[in-house]
Amino acid sequence: MEVLSVDITVPLRSYTLDLAFDLEPATIALVGPSGAGKSTVLRAIAGLTRPSDGRIAVGDDVWFSSEQKIDRPPEERAVGLVFQEYALFPHMNVRRNVAYGGGGRVDELLTRLRIHHLGDARPGDLSGGERQRVALARALAREPRVLLLDEPLSALDAHTKVTVRGELRELLRELRLPTVLVTHDFEDAAVLADRVGVIVDGELVQLDTSDRLVANPASPFVASLTGANLLEGNARLNNGLAEVVLDDGATVFSTGAETGRVGVVIYPWEITVSRQRPDDSALNHVEGEITSLVTVENRVRVAIGRLTAETSTQSAENMGLKEGERVVASFKATATRLLPLA
Amino acid sequence: MRKALFPLGLGIAAAVTGVFLLLPLVAIFTRIPFSTLIDQLGSGVVTDALIVSLKTTLIAQALIVVFGTPTAYLLATRRFRGRALAITLVELPLVLPPAVAGIGLLAAFGRVGLLGSTLKAFGVQIPFTQTAVVMAVAFVASPLYVRQAIAAFEAIDQTLVDASRTLGAGQARTFWRIALPLSAGGLAAGGALAFARGLGEFGATIMFAGSFPRVTQTLPLAIYSQFESNFNVALAIGGLLVVISAVLLLLLKIRLGWKSSASTSPFLFARTRST
Repeated sequence: MEVLSVDITVPLRSYTLDLAFDLEPATIALVGPSGAGKSTVLRAIAGLTRPSDGRIAVGDDVWFSSEQKIDRPPEERAVGLVFQEYALFPHMNVRRNVAYGGGGRVDELLTRLRIHHLGDARPGDLSGGERQRVALARALAREPRVLLLDEPLSALDAHTKVTVRGELRELLRELRLPTVLVTHDFEDAAVLADRVGVIVDGELVQLDTSDRLVANPASPFVASLTGANLLEGNARLNNGLAEVVLDDGATVFSTGAETGRVGVVIYPWEITVSRQRPDDSALNHVEGEITSLVTVENRVRVAIGRLTAETSTQSAENMGLKEGERVVASFKATATRLLPLA
Repeated sequence: MRKALFPLGLGIAAAVTGVFLLLPLVAIFTRIPFSTLIDQLGSGVVTDALIVSLKTTLIAQALIVVFGTPTAYLLATRRFRGRALAITLVELPLVLPPAVAGIGLLAAFGRVGLLGSTLKAFGVQIPFTQTAVVMAVAFVASPLYVRQAIAAFEAIDQTLVDASRTLGAGQARTFWRIALPLSAGGLAAGGALAFARGLGEFGATIMFAGSFPRVTQTLPLAIYSQFESNFNVALAIGGLLVVISAVLLLLLKIRLGWKSSASTSPFLFARTRST
């Protein structure tokens, strides 16, 4: 079992990229805001950007080591890098593009990625999804020991994206290669990767499975990235519970143990929506107007003031929720987490 | 009335420019009957000069491409101190008076020139030989090719070069399979410009190579040598050069037009790049 091990420092214009991780044959997604240095990680592994310090190795094969003064050029590193815009060679047809990576398995790869019928087509004549499959086939033709995907879904329209994402997930499972993918979209990361690393200003702030990231975000940024509500306020202890006075004046109870300046994290699916204040065990009831209703596949995200609740489309229909309507959002104190902000 | 004044002015200026540029060309073909013009092309002076011109220009062209292409690739793809200076140096012959080029070549490679004694020791004499014609043409015409080639190489999407490298191609293979095919249109355009300029070379050639029939007398030099003794021959050579130049320009325009309409470069689809 080959392990990709990365420990690099790359000085960038406004900060220094500094991160380390080991990756067995599995997929890791690096998520973060644009400009966080995500693509630089891929370029460094591929040999297109030279770190100032560190080590990159696959198994016993050292690709870069500042200590041993090793810096193998890109062509001597067995990486398959799929570029954000795919970077297909416009003057070659699909078959020749794929063969450029290595001629041995062209037919097998074209068939596997279901682009065999496009062999004679030029990249300019392909759709976004087809282009992505050509780029993948070309990268795999190189017989890579590590696969690198730079925003693999960003060049696709929303409609194509969902399908392509599913296919890509299957492919990555089959390949069993150490795979690093970069995305700004947490949902893509959660779907495609076994582990998700959040990069902010060149640093890996948290690396874990996506559900553990959602359940236990290390920082407010991670919490907001993963889709959680984040309400800011001041907490003090009251009868063993944290009483948080939010900046908008409302009060929320939490079983969290922090005091002082905090962020209250509540996941949308922990919040129930009702017309009247329910008589239940939930300590927190926030009344507000529905400002938006957004359907995401079979769920509806209901924005109530600064809170977002998530219900199934079925229950949203049953209740006949409408924008502008006043409702009560309820959630248990145990469903909240407190993150220190100061 | 006032409103019509500006467009009228534009029209008059354009008309004057057009007539001024066209008149000498028309005169070449109409001063003597067309059949007489064609007959003159059979004269020994013309065929000799044509052979000298084609031979020297083609050799010069080959040298320009062989040395100019790698030079342009280096200047286009590497960033180093003095790069701007190097590019200026390469472009300098473009604005240099050809007579200065001629005197410079003499001062470098002439009998008493910088390398004169060295060359003499090897029994090589350059001035007033066909080699001198080739050198004069290459000196004067090369910037047109190199400039265009630098621009063509610089226009290649860097991610395509990066992609080639990560797919296992070294620098040389990337150059042959990616950079060269993608810049072929620009290189051909530069080549055509340099060829046309080389074919018309006069000043540097007459100073450095002289005007010896069958050796160094190219078509432009033949015009100069004939226009007092046999004006009709001079006219015929002039007509020939007009046709060659016009065809080259036309091919160039067709080629460039074709290139822009069939371009499938991926940056057409580019969106915000992540870091």
